[in-house]
Amino acid sequence: MSAQSTIEAVGLTRRFGEFTAVDGVTFGVERGEIFGYLGANGAGKSTTIRMLIGLLAPTSGSATVAGHDVASDPEAVKRSIGYMSQKFSLYLDLPVFENLRFFGGAYGLWGRELESRIGEVLELTGLSEHRRALTGTLPGGIRQRLALGSAVLHRPSIVFLDEPTAGVDPVARRSFWRLIRDLSTGGTTVFVTTHYLDEAEYCRRIGLMVDGRLVALDTPSALKRAWVPDRVLVVRGRGLARAAEALRRRPGVHAVEPFGAGLHVRADPALWNRAAVQEALAAAGAESPTVDETEPSLEDVFLAVVGGSAAAGASGAGAAP
Amino acid sequence: MPPALRAAGMEKRFGAVEALAGLSFQVEAGELYGLVGPDAAGKTTAIRALAGLLDLDGGEARVLEMDPRGGGEVREALGLLPQQYSLYRDLSVWENLQFFARLYVLPRELFRQRAERLLAITRLERFVDRRADALSGGMYKKLALAAALLHQPKVLLLDEPTNGVDPVSRRELWALLHEFVQGGMAVLISTPYMDEAERCDRVGLAYRGRLLLEGAPGDLLASFDEEAFEIADGDRERLEGALAGIAEVRAVSPAGSRLRVDLAPGARERVASALAPLGAELRPVAPNFEDLFLSRLRAETR
Repeated sequence: MSAQSTIEAVGLTRRFGEFTAVDGVTFGVERGEIFGYLGANGAGKSTTIRMLIGLLAPTSGSATVAGHDVASDPEAVKRSIGYMSQKFSLYLDLPVFENLRFFGGAYGLWGRELESRIGEVLELTGLSEHRRALTGTLPGGIRQRLALGSAVLHRPSIVFLDEPTAGVDPVARRSFWRLIRDLSTGGTTVFVTTHYLDEAEYCRRIGLMVDGRLVALDTPSALKRAWVPDRVLVVRGRGLARAAEALRRRPGVHAVEPFGAGLHVRADPALWNRAAVQEALAAAGAESPTVDETEPSLEDVFLAVVGGSAAAGASGAGAAP
Repeated sequence: MPPALRAAGMEKRFGAVEALAGLSFQVEAGELYGLVGPDAAGKTTAIRALAGLLDLDGGEARVLEMDPRGGGEVREALGLLPQQYSLYRDLSVWENLQFFARLYVLPRELFRQRAERLLAITRLERFVDRRADALSGGMYKKLALAAALLHQPKVLLLDEPTNGVDPVSRRELWALLHEFVQGGMAVLISTPYMDEAERCDRVGLAYRGRLLLEGAPGDLLASFDEEAFEIADGDRERLEGALAGIAEVRAVSPAGSRLRVDLAPGARERVASALAPLGAELRPVAPNFEDLFLSRLRAETR
């Protein structure tokens, strides 16, 4: 593991009775990196985070965070990190700046330093104009930014974000990710879990958990190359529904799914290219379909790694490495 | 046949906030209707009114042409998954399902069959003995959904049921919903996921308590005239910096490792020439529902 690593986990394991929630997980996260930790519900993501932030002792294995051992020095770990949980708590009956004052105080900030840091965080999160607003009157997306702001008041070198954007509408999610990227550009390491795979594209590297084990770890593009060898094509045109049915039955075609007003096709690259798909659809009654090649999405990767054959069956698809 | 759900000019105020401002739509039996919209659009209030949990200030909410605030028949026809859902935290996954089965008086064998199927689909089989308070947020949500589907109601109301649910389970739940709908169930679902909106038979885009748009996703997209593009090459950070300074650029979002941009009509050449020095090129792509949604909201707030 590189000397740059600011989070290092080696064989990290946690059992609850007979149940192994996290099973021998080993990885390193570099300084300033946005590291995405993905997996199905119950795969062990939150348990891993709770060990890394010193809230839960590992059953075996070890981890250091910002140079501190999570088992022997959890208090030092807690001082070095910021944490935003799935169900973050803010005081809804307090104005925005008083929430920041409260959390700043809890992290040991006070006096002039606290006030100036509150100003900086309001600026960073774009909440200056809301500083006197009652927190409970603000929409969910703005509260989310405030929760992140209160997690970085004490200038942690690492922040852990556990599904920070669950249930947030697309507009608010975009501005939240802008904020995450600003933190990363400023040198903060970001460890984030999410079920929105479009935003996971912003991670420099991604780890994928299945039943407590880390089964894949790489950059988004390397994961796509390794797990989704199919050619992915986007089709537009009229009369696609019936033609799709015919295409689905052809050999080497692994999935044909409605996508907006068009189709997404995943097929064996040795047998299918743009022209072949276009020809097959036209022959099956589609009116002048246009076909473009696109790259697989992280959702394709997720389905291949986590879903295996069960997911493929449910969606009528059938490709897994 | 009467509509399964009918919202007719629904109005509701909470103090100074107009949560519903004449919201109208219908859902037929065998139809999956999606209510999409930003925070505070009125989605949750609409669902609560149709579930009979709320008195309207004006207009009507009807379930199979019955007043949902009544008892007996309408209760039996209706399934509801609210956003804040209470399961018994000190009971296990299996015990929770058993409890709901008794509530709906399901015969034991039918309960076992349905429960096993729902647990398989929600991938909760490994966790049947786990107490509800030890489930992750997404697992808890899936258990609540399984409980709401147990009595296979004629009309199902789901308020953002897939928040925090992982992508694999999300797909499987959608496949399950489609199956129920094909069997004649009417489903009203609210969601902030735009890809889910595309999976509905019809969608309504809600904003400030009324509908801005309604129709089949394919039809709505076919009539959408803005242009969407992808940028295939170049450094993403630098490209975003360059795009930020151009007024005709309406939205920029990641699409795989590429960037997706929505442009005002006719702006293509100007944007293309601004990107050329960065070695990047604009490629037209089919607009998706998020493009449509963002564009329509922008028009409204302008």
